[in-house]
Amino acid sequence: MLWEVDIYPAVGIVDHLGKKVAADAVQLGLGDQLRVVAARGYLVQGNVDRAQVERIARELLVDTVVEHAVIGCTGDEALNRAPEGTASAVHVLPKPGVMDPVAQSALAAIADLGVPVDAVRTFSKYWLSPLSAEQCQLLCTKSLANDAIEQYIVGPITWPKLELGAPYTFKQLSRPLRDLTDEQLATMSRRDQLYLSLAEMQTIQNYYRDLGRDPTDIELETLAQTWSEHCSHKTLGGRVRYRDEHGTREFKSMLKETIFAATTKIREQLGQDDWCVSVFKDNAGVVTFDDQYHVCFKVETHNHPSALEPYGGANTGLGGVIRDPLGTGMGAKPICNTDVFCFAPPDTPADSLPTGVLHPKRVMNGVVSGVRDYGNRMGIPTVNGSVFFDKRYLGNPLVYCGNVGLIPVDMAFKEAKPGDLIVAVGGRTGRDGIHGATFSSAELTSESEHLSGGAVQIGNAITEKMVLDVLLEARDRRLFNAVTDCGAGGFSSAVGEMGEEIGAEVWLDRAPVKYDGLSYTEIWISEAQERMVLAVPEEKWNELQQLCASEGVEATAIGRFVPTGRLQLKYHEHVVGEVTMEFLHGGRPPVIREAVYAPAPVEPQRLPEKYNWDYTPELLAILGSLNVASKEWIIRQYDHEVQGGSVVKPLVGVTNDGPGDAAVVRPVLTSRRGLVISNGMNPCYGDFDTYHMAASAIDEALRNCIAVGADPRRIAILDNFCWGDCEKPETFGSLVRAAIACHDLAMAWQVPFISGKDSLNNEFRFDGPDGKRQSIAIPPSLLISAMGQIDDVSQAVTMDLKEPGNFLFQVGLTKDEMGGSHFAVTQGLSGGQVPRVDVSIAKQTFVALHNAIVAGLVRACHDLSEGGLAVAVAEMAFAGGLGARIFLHQVPQQVELDAAATSRLLFSESNSRFLVEVRPDQVEAFQQLLAGVPCALVGEVVASDRLEIIGLPQQVEIDDGDATEERAPLVVHAELSVLKEAWQKPLRF
Amino acid sequence: MAQPRVLVLRAPGTNCDLETAYAFELAGAKTERLHINRLLEKPAAFAEFQILCLPGGFSFGDDLGAGRILGSMMRSHLADALREFKAAGKLILGICNGFQILVKSGILVDDDPATGLPPVTLTWNDSGRYQDRWVKLRTSSSKCVFFAGIESMYLPIAHAEGKFVPRDGGVLSQLDAAGQLALRYDGNPNGAIADVAGVCDSTGLVCGLMPHPERHVDTTQHPRWTRGESGPVGDGLKIFQNAVAYWN
Repeated sequence: MLWEVDIYPAVGIVDHLGKKVAADAVQLGLGDQLRVVAARGYLVQGNVDRAQVERIARELLVDTVVEHAVIGCTGDEALNRAPEGTASAVHVLPKPGVMDPVAQSALAAIADLGVPVDAVRTFSKYWLSPLSAEQCQLLCTKSLANDAIEQYIVGPITWPKLELGAPYTFKQLSRPLRDLTDEQLATMSRRDQLYLSLAEMQTIQNYYRDLGRDPTDIELETLAQTWSEHCSHKTLGGRVRYRDEHGTREFKSMLKETIFAATTKIREQLGQDDWCVSVFKDNAGVVTFDDQYHVCFKVETHNHPSALEPYGGANTGLGGVIRDPLGTGMGAKPICNTDVFCFAPPDTPADSLPTGVLHPKRVMNGVVSGVRDYGNRMGIPTVNGSVFFDKRYLGNPLVYCGNVGLIPVDMAFKEAKPGDLIVAVGGRTGRDGIHGATFSSAELTSESEHLSGGAVQIGNAITEKMVLDVLLEARDRRLFNAVTDCGAGGFSSAVGEMGEEIGAEVWLDRAPVKYDGLSYTEIWISEAQERMVLAVPEEKWNELQQLCASEGVEATAIGRFVPTGRLQLKYHEHVVGEVTMEFLHGGRPPVIREAVYAPAPVEPQRLPEKYNWDYTPELLAILGSLNVASKEWIIRQYDHEVQGGSVVKPLVGVTNDGPGDAAVVRPVLTSRRGLVISNGMNPCYGDFDTYHMAASAIDEALRNCIAVGADPRRIAILDNFCWGDCEKPETFGSLVRAAIACHDLAMAWQVPFISGKDSLNNEFRFDGPDGKRQSIAIPPSLLISAMGQIDDVSQAVTMDLKEPGNFLFQVGLTKDEMGGSHFAVTQGLSGGQVPRVDVSIAKQTFVALHNAIVAGLVRACHDLSEGGLAVAVAEMAFAGGLGARIFLHQVPQQVELDAAATSRLLFSESNSRFLVEVRPDQVEAFQQLLAGVPCALVGEVVASDRLEIIGLPQQVEIDDGDATEERAPLVVHAELSVLKEAWQKPLRF
Repeated sequence: MAQPRVLVLRAPGTNCDLETAYAFELAGAKTERLHINRLLEKPAAFAEFQILCLPGGFSFGDDLGAGRILGSMMRSHLADALREFKAAGKLILGICNGFQILVKSGILVDDDPATGLPPVTLTWNDSGRYQDRWVKLRTSSSKCVFFAGIESMYLPIAHAEGKFVPRDGGVLSQLDAAGQLALRYDGNPNGAIADVAGVCDSTGLVCGLMPHPERHVDTTQHPRWTRGESGPVGDGLKIFQNAVAYWN
């Protein structure tokens, strides 16, 4: 029997889901007359009678205080009766094979009640009226269901039973390619979603010609996964010839000679004081923290899946990056998350979207809730993040997720040993996420949704939490020799990497599967979530099995590391694939790329030329621009305090809603030592010069860290390059240039990069209205994530103004650097000089400011970034609920004091600057510590509800022109409530 | 007895167990974190403890509603053991998800005798979404031993399903009259009926609350400690100290 349980909110209880759909309908232009009643429901299959189903509903599924249920067999008249008036029903269900955690939990809980049920599926049900068939289809496809993972049924569910998959019949498949032409090889690469280059296909062809046979399907898939951009980073790690205004530079390996090289040199220079432990090697970069623990940090992207299915893509993006620290060394405990998103503006007109693109607001809602539901369920605080908006992210939103882990000092390294069992722990393997690694290396097109729907996954955070719990216990009992995560490429990548130096045989038929019907190749390359792979010595296997079983975690030996140098794949007694580790990891032909960069000449910029201009409207426009505006709507949905170590929260100030510069957490509750997490990114600068964009991003990440109290000598950073199509020399050139900046700035500051990641090919191809193929590339997007340390968290500083009567100092020089600034962006001004970093003074500035913070001389500190001084002081004032007065003529500067100077002093985005609040009795001590770096008293904190900025003094005519007098105009004057409202309103969803 | 033993219960998806155990230790208790499976295997293990704490998290993902699955398991398998625990005059504290579990298990508020179902619930916030924010709280009865000597507190909430709803006005006034609606919001963050943030049972020895006292035991956990607004220890510590003091 297939039973259906429809669960409605009881009379008088808010129908949240129905309200949301009605709001979506308004946005889709369906008017505000649509009535929606929503229900959540379960399909329950088994040999059970009505009384049993009613018991399940009452005791498990329905909250009878606030809900009521309608129960019947599918097709039953009672299920098909509209709750009010006449309306048509739409049912939305996850497609078969898509992860449905609620159904899994329901099945287990029903079993625990002792009721014999075979299968459960969940659905949502919507009663809609009045609605035409066309409107219904629009609502279904644009709001209710995402075709990548969900199906919708208009009218009742009439199935007599649920499809549960058919058994798999073994069939060995081979992929004949020895006789193919180059053209046929290229077609094969695309058609089979291998996404290998012709040179790579030819290399494979020659290898198999030498062997005298064709590859099996699983061999070809293994090579495609291992050689994918996603897994091997062949472009950035490859050979490059780069040309710019300084000439030509040849790299044998671009990353090794830029970013890695800087870290290597820094470590050499530090010698005995080297505090890096493991860099660019393991799943996350590891540095020292205290006597007991090291910390590790990794940031990943999950862009392409998030474009197709924002919730699932972002959900598994975070789930995936959490497994990186968990799979680092012998396993680190995840202690905080960070996330950065890039979207097209949420007010993009719906009718302007190319085919295959989801509306940015839908993408944003999905991404935000996907990260929320994974992070919160894992019990890992999300402590820091950013959101950027640019219309070029329309087809390619970016989702960066990061995780920091804590690892005992003697657990930072691992080594699988010959003879160790290969043990899969955690979630079962399903058909989800097939071809994720190769897909992420391809461009998105308007057809991607149909081609690559299988690459989209839905996570189940609780499974991962259970794995985390047993894994750390197993680590402490030393039950394994090595661990890694199952990410892109699934078992194929995890086993291939772990066994690279040894060799492995794998028993694919033993891997636990979610349902029948999976082929051996699907098992091998599935990217089903929540799986880790361990290397377990035979003598520990029993104890590990018992530990896992005791907490309900599945652990299965699926093979053994054997000293053969070969990867042998078996399905029962059949050898379905065999390749040498040497060819798998060393056989890929090098990628050779051309890269060119021609910096654009600095174009003139037309700034307003009035000394007494009232700049308050311009300030309000920047505060209300999407990149600057408050992200409280997102932040509050994320648990940023679980684990109990929160010291500086993402929102700070007198009403807990000002924009903190960086998060401070205390990962060890018995210690006062803290970690500081921040980020820096500014895609607006990349259009001017990616060198200065990268330098500015590093500067921003560092100054955010330093502003809250991090020690500038103990900050580690990560790079994340998200770029367009790097087969285009100009696009790749802009990336290489950014990487060179990373090297130069890391060296100048002695700040090591410890890990990184890239996501290339972020271009969206579609047929335009004129039928021509068009392409949107994302702007160069380099995220720098920083992890600082603070000796004693009681030294931490927040950005909100503290007491009236205190003085305000600007640290750092304001220059004429308005190119790409938010003033220029909001006023539609092109041209100008993009902000650069003066490394000769930046490092000294950071150290001096840090010394003042440690000496307790800083009451508040905020970095100057988007919107410059004016935005920084406005934010500090409304966060602290205190007025401020600033005198522009006192600002330390290097700008031409012409008629346009006012806008520069207010809004220039020069790097390495801070605004600092100091008590009057500590001014002298503060100035002494800051001697030698640009620093000047620029204003004061006042007991008022206003911000006032006094402009440059000018001679003005008085007495009908008979005399002149020096006057300083008020160039900004606004009530704090007005400033704050402008900042809070745009993203208050 | 100087040092009571606290059982901090773990289940799949529990995630505030470490810091909650730490808070009890700061208060002078001895703690042990035990997985629910150990108790299902051996319900008698409860007897070794004086305090049972159900910490926050997402037990079983809250997949069938917050706290529902673990609450149902306790009804099915641990009802006798918990009845004995209560009858022995021992303490039970549920925080956030722990409160949700206590409500849904029938341990905290007696089931409606007519239906055998709980007369109150914790359901979706009026906002329809999860939120993490700090709230002012006041105690409104002297019944609950966990709140002894506490008039007000400042603690964070972090939940999606924290809105307290009784079946009807009769249930509400009955609980109110019995002094069981022991903790109220000062500024209601989720639409809870009668501003209820925490509830105790008819003896005052079993208590559940949505806010997280373990997230405010240290001075630097206060969101405005840099403004000098926090005391030497956090407001939440007193709840754990009260639980320990009860055994002295």
